[in-house]
Amino acid sequence: MSTPVVTRAHLVKARDVVKSFGQTPALRGASVAVSPGEIVAVMGPSGSGKSTLLHCLAGIFAPDRGEVWFDGQRLDTLGEAERTKLRRTTFGFVFQFGQLVPELTAADNVALPLLLNRVRRRAAYQIAQAWLDRLGIGDKGANRTGELSGGEAQRVAVARALALAPKVIFADEPTGSLDSLTGEKVMDQLTGLAREAGTTVVIVTHDARVAAYAERVVMVRDGRVSGDLGAVGEQVSAAKAVR
Amino acid sequence: MSVPLTLLGLLEREPSHGYDLKRNYDTYFGREKQLPFGQVYATLGRLARDGKVIGGEAEPGEGPDRKRYAITDLGRAEVDSWLADPVEPEPHLQTILFAKVTLALMLGKPAAAYLDKQRSAHIRRMQELTELRRNGALVDVLLADHALFHLEADLRWIDLTSARLAELAAVVTPERAPRQ
Repeated sequence: MSTPVVTRAHLVKARDVVKSFGQTPALRGASVAVSPGEIVAVMGPSGSGKSTLLHCLAGIFAPDRGEVWFDGQRLDTLGEAERTKLRRTTFGFVFQFGQLVPELTAADNVALPLLLNRVRRRAAYQIAQAWLDRLGIGDKGANRTGELSGGEAQRVAVARALALAPKVIFADEPTGSLDSLTGEKVMDQLTGLAREAGTTVVIVTHDARVAAYAERVVMVRDGRVSGDLGAVGEQVSAAKAVR
Repeated sequence: MSVPLTLLGLLEREPSHGYDLKRNYDTYFGREKQLPFGQVYATLGRLARDGKVIGGEAEPGEGPDRKRYAITDLGRAEVDSWLADPVEPEPHLQTILFAKVTLALMLGKPAAAYLDKQRSAHIRRMQELTELRRNGALVDVLLADHALFHLEADLRWIDLTSARLAELAAVVTPERAPRQ
């Protein structure tokens, strides 16, 4: 895949990113660009570097070489404190196992990032409850997340990611721990609500059924983005016409 | 899809006119390809000839055939037997894809690039079906699911074959006839 031209039209970009862990190279010059509001799936086999790419795009890992851009700003040259602030204020995350705080209730977990961003307690819990309602688990707000089913817990994670009204949600195998029907519901809600809010989403998955929820699918192989597999456009319009 | 057996099954539910039968068939089974009226009446004629349905007296009104058809015991037994027999689990070992990849390797053409194109086409179709099932009726959702699982299986095969192209080339290339 050719190196994307860095423009403001792209919200998130990686350019020739190289990242190794010790002697093991994970990314060998990966480039990808995501437009605002776009839902992109990054597919690839285990060990292809797709999760590392997501972590670099989200500013969790600093690349060894190459550039990472967010909203016209170099992310890779920012210090750890600035990247942490950006992650806390501007990005939402959904991981395979939710990474919720099990001792806290569902509402606490969703309200937590808002409280960390100095939203008043009452408002934070109102926002949290509204998102739990939208995800169909409004009655679970008082439950500790350790008491929830996998699907419910993952919906709490989605609510937590969306509650902050982030510019981008980074999701790493968001349905990896769920059965297929629950996984599809979670993907339906994650992508549906993100679309409504105009939120950009980058999803890493090895599962083609999950990737099919995205508008564009890119493939990572051997640490490089090897190409776009599918951009929904005319094909979906045709499918709608059939309906 | 066996049209005669499906129509028989619908008739087991309730006796119907050909028109209603076609409408029911199209609703549940003909979403991508509706059944022509001609085929409905021709099939009913054959089923009646074979004693699997009985056509009542023609009723007054518009249309090509105003008979009401009912299933017979013979027809009911055939539906029972059809439903109880598992469908042949076809291994699909000689798919077009397999043939294309093997031929590409034999001819020294870019099999990996062909597989990439196929992967791309599969993903696009999966995106269409996923969009379709997002707001579709349950019948559409289940049909889309069936197609999605098959496409997913194909994709796994494509991935595995992509990783094994060198091995496959070693197997098929020595058999290539030398060019004159």
